[in-house]
Amino acid sequence: MKMLINVAETVVADALRGMAAAHPELTVDVENRVIVRRDAPVAGKVGLVSGGGSGHEPLHGGFVGPGMLSAACPGEVFTSPVPDQMVRAAAAVDSGAGVLFIVKNYTGDVLNFDMAAELAEDEGIQIAKILVDDDVAVTDSLYTAGRRGTGATLFVEKIAGAAAEEGLPLERVEALARQVNENSRSFGVALSACTTPAKGSPTFDLPAGELELGVGIHGEPGRERRAMMTSREIADFSVNAILEDLNPRNPVLVLVNGMGATPLLELYGFNAEVQRVLTGRGVPVARTLVGNYVTSLDMAGASVTLCQIDEDLLRLWDAPVRTAGLRWGM
Amino acid sequence: MLDADFFRRWMTATAASVEREAERLTDLDSPIGDADHGSNLQRGFRAVAATLEKEAPGTPGAVLTLAGRQLISTVGGASGPLYGTLLRRTGKALGDAAEVGAQDLADALRAGVDAVMQLGGAAPGDKTMVDALVPAVDALSESFAASRAAAQEGALATTPLQARKGRASYLGERSIGHQDPGATSSALLIAALAEAAGE
Repeated sequence: MKMLINVAETVVADALRGMAAAHPELTVDVENRVIVRRDAPVAGKVGLVSGGGSGHEPLHGGFVGPGMLSAACPGEVFTSPVPDQMVRAAAAVDSGAGVLFIVKNYTGDVLNFDMAAELAEDEGIQIAKILVDDDVAVTDSLYTAGRRGTGATLFVEKIAGAAAEEGLPLERVEALARQVNENSRSFGVALSACTTPAKGSPTFDLPAGELELGVGIHGEPGRERRAMMTSREIADFSVNAILEDLNPRNPVLVLVNGMGATPLLELYGFNAEVQRVLTGRGVPVARTLVGNYVTSLDMAGASVTLCQIDEDLLRLWDAPVRTAGLRWGM
Repeated sequence: MLDADFFRRWMTATAASVEREAERLTDLDSPIGDADHGSNLQRGFRAVAATLEKEAPGTPGAVLTLAGRQLISTVGGASGPLYGTLLRRTGKALGDAAEVGAQDLADALRAGVDAVMQLGGAAPGDKTMVDALVPAVDALSESFAASRAAAQEGALATTPLQARKGRASYLGERSIGHQDPGATSSALLIAALAEAAGE
């Protein structure tokens, strides 16, 4: 497998150096692996910190900036960051108004953020946590680690980010983040496996003529493997899987997200099919975002995330945002 | 009696063994996880070995708590907090005695394993590191060699199980037939303990 890297051990550090060079509006601490918006801490504003394994770019570092995250902690590829990074990030962005940790439901992320919350509170920083768990491909039962956090993370970070930017207090920002998560559901499919730099070969075996339905953002499966389907069939399967779980009466935000190796040509075509299913099911669409936002290295495939919104959430979604990966209105 | 030097040897032997077995651990993690267990533990235990070389804590408890703190600060993922907690809690349970007996270690390690089970919410049979650690602690009162054998057997016995915790749980029935990487690395940790004891 050919990759545009030096050696696997420095992949994350090299990317952070490049990110720093491209985005002078961010403070990128390459050694300690913390990305902070340059004007932090902003007086009176709740800090928003997220993080997770690298390999999902632009998540999370690409969402740091006015209107979204205050800081992000990238871990090793597909490995959650360590508590030291999160505590450092929290300290960098806390203005005294407290910090919200946005955590995707993966065992490693949960454990490290829990430890970080304790340590940060010891340092006198008020911490609230929101766990994102939107993936309907996973049965939430005693016998799994619970639903994974995937595409809804972007909705949570954007809407909570706008709320924090307006100066809302920590408990209000946390409540809005929770509302977004509770009203969001995702489903993903993989057409090919991804390759981690450390391993250098595909992390799982997906034969040419098959696809994985219900894939997670590390290539971990959720439901079943089938013979390759058309874009239309995949949209039917994915949206129906979501609507079995979420019965929206209000309009929805739609995220059609590429896993990293699927071109926009295919993603837009897929979005056309997603919109067709939604129209057919009588679900009104408020806004749609198409692109590579929560990726899985070089995996081919896509995920759909729907978030049922009210007027308040829609206003926060439309609020200006200026980050490397998401930018509008300013 | 076991002194601080014994515990340093244990950690150094673990680091060497993780170094040797990193690729195998990553390969085991590939079909049911995300193919980084070996490289993550390698990063952590390299840091442990380097720290213990620089700083030389004078008591068994201090060696293990320092090693645990290093793992939490360097590994990430679930393994960082879980292995870090295992060593820190074992170290804390040993207190500040300059030397401890084998039974003290067995008791302390049990406290460490209990902390891991509480943190990860895993029980024996869930296809996790607990499946190697629990039998290892049970056999430790007998001998280090017996503990090593029990850990090894426990790791092998995870193969037919269905994972209920961690990332492998998402595979459901498809996790059956793969040996658990966490139980395998736990068996390495216990084997290094026997090695440090010369057994």
